[in-house]
Amino acid sequence: MAYDYESSIRPGKLPHIWCPGCGHGIVMKGLIRAMDACELDRKNTAIVSGIGCASRLPGYLDACTLHTAHGRAAAFATGVKMTKPEMTVICVGGDGDGTAIGGNHFIHACRRNIDLTYVIMNNYIYGMTGGQFSPCTPTGMLASTTPYGNPDPVFDISKLAIGAGATFVARTTAMHPRQIDKLITQGIKHKGMAIIEVLDDCPTSYGRRNKFRSVIDMMKRLKKDAVPVTAAAKMTPEQLEGKFLTGVLYHDTELPEYCDQYAALTKKVQEGA
Amino acid sequence: MAKKSALVQGNQACAHGAIYAGCKYFGGYPITPSTEVAEEMSAMLPQVGGKFIQMEDEIGAIASVIGASLAGAKALTATSGPGVSLKQELIGYACIAEVPCVIINVMRGGPSTGMPTGPGQSDVMQAKWGTHGDHAAIALVPESIQEIFEETVRAFNLAEKFRMPVQVLFDEIVGHMRERIVFPEPGELEIIDREAPTVSPEEYKPFDPTKGMVPPLAEFGSEYKFHVTGLNKAADGFPTTKAELVDAEERRQVDKVECEEARAYIEKNEEFMLDDAEVVLWAYGSSARSARYAVNELRKEGIKAGLFRPITLWPFPEKRTSELAEQAKAIIVPEMNLGQMIVEVDRVAQGRCTIDGVHRVDGDPLNPGQIIAKVKEVL
Repeated sequence: MAYDYESSIRPGKLPHIWCPGCGHGIVMKGLIRAMDACELDRKNTAIVSGIGCASRLPGYLDACTLHTAHGRAAAFATGVKMTKPEMTVICVGGDGDGTAIGGNHFIHACRRNIDLTYVIMNNYIYGMTGGQFSPCTPTGMLASTTPYGNPDPVFDISKLAIGAGATFVARTTAMHPRQIDKLITQGIKHKGMAIIEVLDDCPTSYGRRNKFRSVIDMMKRLKKDAVPVTAAAKMTPEQLEGKFLTGVLYHDTELPEYCDQYAALTKKVQEGA
Repeated sequence: MAKKSALVQGNQACAHGAIYAGCKYFGGYPITPSTEVAEEMSAMLPQVGGKFIQMEDEIGAIASVIGASLAGAKALTATSGPGVSLKQELIGYACIAEVPCVIINVMRGGPSTGMPTGPGQSDVMQAKWGTHGDHAAIALVPESIQEIFEETVRAFNLAEKFRMPVQVLFDEIVGHMRERIVFPEPGELEIIDREAPTVSPEEYKPFDPTKGMVPPLAEFGSEYKFHVTGLNKAADGFPTTKAELVDAEERRQVDKVECEEARAYIEKNEEFMLDDAEVVLWAYGSSARSARYAVNELRKEGIKAGLFRPITLWPFPEKRTSELAEQAKAIIVPEMNLGQMIVEVDRVAQGRCTIDGVHRVDGDPLNPGQIIAKVKEVL
């Protein structure tokens, strides 16, 4: 029997804005399956985004949805979560939104270990504005603002999140749909800041410029270069050259969660301790 | 029983006013000369079951405030000129998404870093026009410590009633000054909470114009699921580019503050010795304290001076300013800037009387002597 996505989607809001070949729709379906797996009451679930193609996702889902300004999802979400810690708060967005203009909010949400689940769709390009390079565009590649090749080094979003203090960090790709919902489910259940980086493709703004002959070519590359963390443990640095790790990259269940910490502080103050 | 009173600093009075109004969330970032508001809130909010967070930057502070408000909390941030500049985009977000919140601006000199420990009044036009796009603005300008308390309460009331950001501007002088204030008893000042929807969750539209100029706002985590965006949107909250819907929404969001009925509700002025005044000092905030002193001195010399002090600066007090332009020979506008509100006064006066200003931007307050000298020069 086909999976029931319809009951999670707002009536009349499809078709979505994403181009043919874009992976964002795969991520959205994964998110729906994860929310179902966690049996989330949608009235008590906030889905918060910034600006960009990926950030249009909340509008399609039947929940409390907040499409904020460019880069600010984590900061808006922090206000929602602090006010109503009983709500499940999920952020979604792209790589430019989350780690360039929103980089400061991203790392500080990680540092606080506030209980947000942040699904970051990394297609290494600014898609909505027509293909400018992002902090995640590989060095040397072409974008509309790097006509001679990208001179910038690249952010590794997952490493950035681990370094900043997030307590659950995982990576997968749009070519691993079943892993998407498993990792998001783990992220939602994790008490603390959870980052799920999903490597994704933008055939329109990235593939076209960088001589990928077809969407399938791009997607095959995602599959070819992905190495599960378990397999990577048995591989040499030479074998891992040019590859990226997938699966749960970091998981710490010991570090206290921010809203819990604030609740403990409040209790102490009110008891006059 | 005597009411509770205390010698309190302006910034502290602001925090006390916020708590009195029912504020349950503060998101801030340290900046002189407003930091004491945050310090006081960090101590008081846990006591009343509220939440205080020091965010990573000014933008994060206002973002978290808007998020908190959508989750149902009365929410506050406090900053100074550079911080308000950084917050502008999201002040616009709170305008278009119609999210109640209060922004305190303890004004210092500028532009840029300017003089962080000196007073200024150069953000008064920014309070109206700072964020891009057409939008309504409400800004309040208290002149004393007691009034900071009361106007902070009123700012929350107006934010909740009109479903929008409200700014309270005072300057470093009043922010850091200490005066004895009398704390109002609970229930003594009116407290307004936002109107909640009464329709079923299925019928709820967060921007439904048929529900009045200010449609009811539900909260996240209630029975109501809804969508909020900074894009132009239709009544249901979802983006639209349909010309007639965009136009109607934009106009409603401005008219809800600028229609006659709303203006009458929001406007608040103090009038001192105006009945027979030939020269009107049109002054606000701490400059009005010097202006009042100047009026008393001028009266001793037989000069018919009076003070008009807007406590609501935006929307602009058009009607009273126009009447005064008709009555007086001259309106003098003392401001700690190089001439901002004087532009509005001049626009409304339409040449019916002499308009002149007294300006100062060197980090020192305007003193009565400067104002008196200007009056004598003009008359």
